[in-house]
Order: sequence, then structure tokens, then C-alpha cells
Amino acid sequence: MYSQDAVVNNQVGLHARPATFFIQKANEFKSSIWVEKDERKVNAKSLLGVLSLGIVKGTPIKLIADGPDEKQAVEALYQMISSDFTE
Amino acid sequence: MEEKKIKSVKLGEIIREFDLEILHKGTDYENVPLWTLDVNRPGLPLSGFFEHFDTQRLLLMGLTESSFVRDMTPEQRRESFERLLAYPVPGLIFTRGIDPTDECMEMARKYDRTVLRTQRQTSAFMSSLITSLGNHLAPQITRSGVMMEVHGEGVLLQGESGVGKSEVAIELLKRGHRLIADDAVDIKATSYGVLMASAPVLISQYMELRGIGVIDVSQLFGMVAVKPKQQIELVIHLEPWDDHAVYDRLGLETHSEELLGIQVPSITIPVKPGRNLASIVEVAAMNNRNRKLGHNAALELTERMDRLFQEQQPE
Repeated sequence: MYSQDAVVNNQVGLHARPATFFIQKANEFKSSIWVEKDERKVNAKSLLGVLSLGIVKGTPIKLIADGPDEKQAVEALYQMISSDFTE
Repeated sequence: MEEKKIKSVKLGEIIREFDLEILHKGTDYENVPLWTLDVNRPGLPLSGFFEHFDTQRLLLMGLTESSFVRDMTPEQRRESFERLLAYPVPGLIFTRGIDPTDECMEMARKYDRTVLRTQRQTSAFMSSLITSLGNHLAPQITRSGVMMEVHGEGVLLQGESGVGKSEVAIELLKRGHRLIADDAVDIKATSYGVLMASAPVLISQYMELRGIGVIDVSQLFGMVAVKPKQQIELVIHLEPWDDHAVYDRLGLETHSEELLGIQVPSITIPVKPGRNLASIVEVAAMNNRNRKLGHNAALELTERMDRLFQEQQPE
């Protein structure tokens, strides 16, 4: 289990389109990955799950992964949301 | 994932929900947090008894309390309300449209307390208020999975992504069952010990199907295909078929799992291409219902066998 706190920094937050990039990236990994916001924790590989959190710019979230490539997964997703979704 | 956080609900939300008339506004009254689902009818505090007095509770002034203070002299009333409202209570609610006495309003102004009023009768109002507070304050978690109502039973489908939860859900919808939430399911443990599932507001009525995208279930399948909330009565884990795994063949024991401290029956169904999962989920729901009504096919079968074996036993 590996986790990291992050703040979503791009202008529109995890709106529909950025969210699809986010889950596509998450789906590249074998590990189970979750996004946590307040008391909600959802599957990072599911579009509606991520959208349901309503993550706007500046929202603190936590990325959590569990599996063979957990560290890479969290780091890749952290990289993505910290860098305004430019890969 | 299971950690519980202490929740609160703002007084403003309760005022709007019950359409309460505001007789006096305390400072920032809308944002006053309510931490407990208990409420208080302050008969004893009004007469001067404050042991076990919980200042976090809303106070309800019904007919009894109001008649009690009406019989006091104005001085006694002033003293009584001063004692009561000096405590930082979140609000005082008059029921049955009763007018608060001048002394009550005077002390509410002096101590900056909120006074509200409803036309409803005390007990009925108190009961719905407690239920509502209980729902607002219930511990909540969000789980991934699909929540459906199948033959009236609340079924939470869980499993790794890609195992086919959404496909099962679509087939179930086509058979007339209902969707509560897809992908993310909000689960609340209510004060009466049941788990209620609902969809996060942003994604209610939506489903995602790989290759098609997001669909609006109520538009494609009709209003009858969606339901805002449902009790969780069975958890079904879908997992890829493993030739070496041991699956429950008899179903003699009831397995259960814990969600927010509440036990729910659970089963594991192996998924294999060509296996009609929707039918199996339907049967699982019906069987769960059957068990709740006191029937257990596996148990009855073993009893039938016991009887036969006993009859045929050589002397």
C-alpha cells in the first residue's frame, strides 16, 4: 500500500475530459488505485467514480495504490495532476 | 476506508428541510452545527433541574412546556428562561404554532439564541426531526461497485474493474430491475441499524459502459429503472472463475460481511463466459429473500436426508 497527498492544480479540476485522461493513466497499472477526498474513496480506474467526487481546482486529495506497481502508479498520477495534465 | 468521522449538520439545513419559521435569529444561526440526533423537551430544565442537561441538543417547546411556563409569574418566567438560555443551546423550537412568551424572546435576544417555530404537533415533529438528524449524522463511506434493486432486494455488486459488473447491471435493467448507483456508491449506516445506499449527486442515474461511454439510465430505460436510495440487503462479489477455487455448493452457511459496523449477507459468484450472470443475481436475490422469510433450501435438503437416512438405518 502506497499513498500520497496531492492538490489538483489545473484550471478546471477533474472535470469530465481531464478525468478521462486520469483514469486512462490509472488503467495502465496493475495495482488497485483509489482517490480519496474527505470521507469518500473511489476507484481511480472508474470514470463515474472519479467524477462523483467533484474535484475542483485546489481540492486536496489522496492517491492510494495497492499492488505490484503501486509506487509507480501513485507517482505517475501525482505527476499528472500536478502538471496541469500535460504529459 | 472504514474509519468513521464525526459529522454535523447545519441548523440552516434543518430549518429549510422542515420549513421552520424564524422568530429570532442568533448570530450566524444558519451555520450553527448540530452534532447529535437527540433532542430535548426542556420541562425539567425550565423548572431548574439541569443535571445531564446536554447543551448540544435542540430544545422543543410543546404544549406541556408552554402551559407550564404560562402558569408562572413574569418574574419566574424571566428567571427560568434566563437559566435555560444562558446555556449555549443551538436553538429553541416551538411546536403547534405556539407563541413564545415575551420573557422567552427577551432572553433569546439577551443570550443571542435562535428561536424557531413549526405548526406541527410535538411528537410527530420530534420523531421526524430525530429521523432526519439521524440520517444527516449517519456515518458514511463510498464504495466502488454497482447498487441495484433486484426483485425488491437491495443488491450491491462488487468486483474488480473489468469483471463485468456493468454488463450484469444492464441485463438486470432490461429485465425491469432498478439502478441506484454505478461505480461509486454512498453508503450510510442509519440510526436504526440498516445500510442505505444512494448515488453521489453528480453521477446519479448515470452508468458508464466501456466503448459506449456515459449513458443516462432514466432516459434510456425510463423512470421506472432508477431509484434514489435503497437498503443494502445482499453483497455479491463477482470474481473470475478459477478452476481450482472451491465454491459454495450447498449454501448451508450464511456468509456475511461488515460495512460500517453492520453485518450484511454476502456471496461470491464466479464469472465465466457464457454464464448468464443476470439470472444468477436474480436467483441470489430471491434466495436471500426466501432466507429472510425463514426458509433455507440447503438446510431443508439436509433435514430431508437426515430423515431418510434414519428411517433406513438397519436395526
